[in-house]
Amino acid sequence: MKNRWLPALVLSPSLLLVGVCVYGFIAFTFYLSFTASTILPNMTLAGGENYARLFSLSTFFSSLGNLGLFATLYIVISMALGMTLAILIDQRIRAESIFRSIFLYPMALSFIVTGTAWKWLLDPSIGLERTVHLMGFESFTFNWIKDGDMAIYTVVIAAVWQTSGFVMALFLAGLRGIDNEVLNAARVDGAKSWRIYTRIIIPQLGPSFISSFVILAHMAIKSYDLVIALTGGGPGRATWLPSVFMYQYTFTRNEMAVGAASAVIMLIGIAVVVVPYVRREMRLNQGPNA
Amino acid sequence: MSTQTTAHTMAIQASRKPSAFTLERFWLYLILCLFAFMFLMPIYVMLVNSIKPLDEIRAGNLVALPLAPTIEPWVQAWSQAQIGVQATGLKPYFLNSFLMVIPAVLISTALGALNGYVLTQFKVKGGTLLFGLVLFSVFIPFQIVLIPMARLLGELGLAGSVKGLILVHTVYGIGFGTLFFRNFYAAFPQELVKSARMDGAGFFVLFWRLMLPASLPIVVVNIIWQFTNIWNDFLFGASFSDYSSYPLTVALNNLVSSSTGVKEYNVHFAGAFIAALPTLIVYIVSGKYFVRGLMAGSVKG
Repeated sequence: MKNRWLPALVLSPSLLLVGVCVYGFIAFTFYLSFTASTILPNMTLAGGENYARLFSLSTFFSSLGNLGLFATLYIVISMALGMTLAILIDQRIRAESIFRSIFLYPMALSFIVTGTAWKWLLDPSIGLERTVHLMGFESFTFNWIKDGDMAIYTVVIAAVWQTSGFVMALFLAGLRGIDNEVLNAARVDGAKSWRIYTRIIIPQLGPSFISSFVILAHMAIKSYDLVIALTGGGPGRATWLPSVFMYQYTFTRNEMAVGAASAVIMLIGIAVVVVPYVRREMRLNQGPNA
Repeated sequence: MSTQTTAHTMAIQASRKPSAFTLERFWLYLILCLFAFMFLMPIYVMLVNSIKPLDEIRAGNLVALPLAPTIEPWVQAWSQAQIGVQATGLKPYFLNSFLMVIPAVLISTALGALNGYVLTQFKVKGGTLLFGLVLFSVFIPFQIVLIPMARLLGELGLAGSVKGLILVHTVYGIGFGTLFFRNFYAAFPQELVKSARMDGAGFFVLFWRLMLPASLPIVVVNIIWQFTNIWNDFLFGASFSDYSSYPLTVALNNLVSSSTGVKEYNVHFAGAFIAALPTLIVYIVSGKYFVRGLMAGSVKG
């Protein structure tokens, strides 16, 4: 090639944008988290004060606790439900593509739309509770969304509804990649079907488990829109997650440095989950000249 | 054991003789239909209640069909409802979202295609590391860039404008685009590239005449993926726009959460449906490509 510099030149606008707006900005936010910034950025260093304050705030601790509870349930239930749906769909059923489309369509929706739909669906005054009452079951109560101790579970319900179809697609791809001959041999040997699943099929789905875990875990940490649309963080602060905390402290409580520190904590959480995955992706499919 | 295990047992037996419609098959379909019902219920509730008069929602049950169907809530949500200070309905914000999405998708797709081409077909010093850094940018929690981005947009004079949102979405769309095109071009037949080079094809000719025309599937995947992501974004819209430049998601949230006095559930449902329609239509029309985009970054053995 005569133009040795051309490939690098073509790459450079993207690298500049990503370099500045991702890594430069991460460095900036990291620096801010050690300053005395309040309503506006302030470059005076304040040492580790903001982190000390962050970890002394009960609002941050309850946000972390909510995230722990939400993420655990969201990941476990989505994976269990997604895998179940994939296995059901993989039984050579009729109308497979219709079922697949139905389970996956929520992924096309905005979390704001999902949050709006579930907000009224779970609202005791017009939603499920009232509908069941009208069917004659007067004692039925389902007011989690109004109950500070239970509201976080409504976020789990809506989030699982939105993404378990995606997990199904991941597991379905895994199931379709399993060698049929091994399965047939096991069947000929008279292995019971549930044993075929627990001993042969599910152990081979490792990559599907890893992909869905990485995706669900990083989505859980980033969850913001759904909480805002569904509960607005409430009742009170019952459904605050670190993402909500960050926004509140930075933009409405004018404690920018504390907000920046909480964003750094979120980034660390995501990096722990994602970096090993990115490293593996870097090694794969490098192309002939890379 | 759970219904799940029972379902396998029967289904695997049934798959040996697929034509027989056994009792076990019946249970399998029943369970699938129950799940399908659960997945469809919210959208059904949105739809039927978006065409009910308000008193019917308050008096009746949420799953019943409308007794007196009306398109009034849709008209309200589209052009009359109070969003923030003005009673404009969602219409101007719908337009904002399109004005934001189209340039952002086109630019980030073009950049992604060029990056993928360079990273796979040329020796770039530290190319793998650069790709890793670009890929990581797909996963970062955007809270980490909100403060400096607000400042940059302010300094560029783009704060609170649709142009600012275009810039933001273009930048954070580069990662996915690069991932899609890199993985696609890595599998591109090398004989074709070699013979084109022997025929004297230069950098841009090779890309424009050979690679790009063969890339239609991944171009479609990327456009659909970016369109869905950017259309559905809320965090950037909420952080960097104002009353004149809100994208649709922010306007919808405004409509639903800030309505004082009477809660007009039917208008909220109609509004949510309006916000969902563009991505839903894309999903229905080209679900295959949507799923490929979903999977492209995730399943690697």
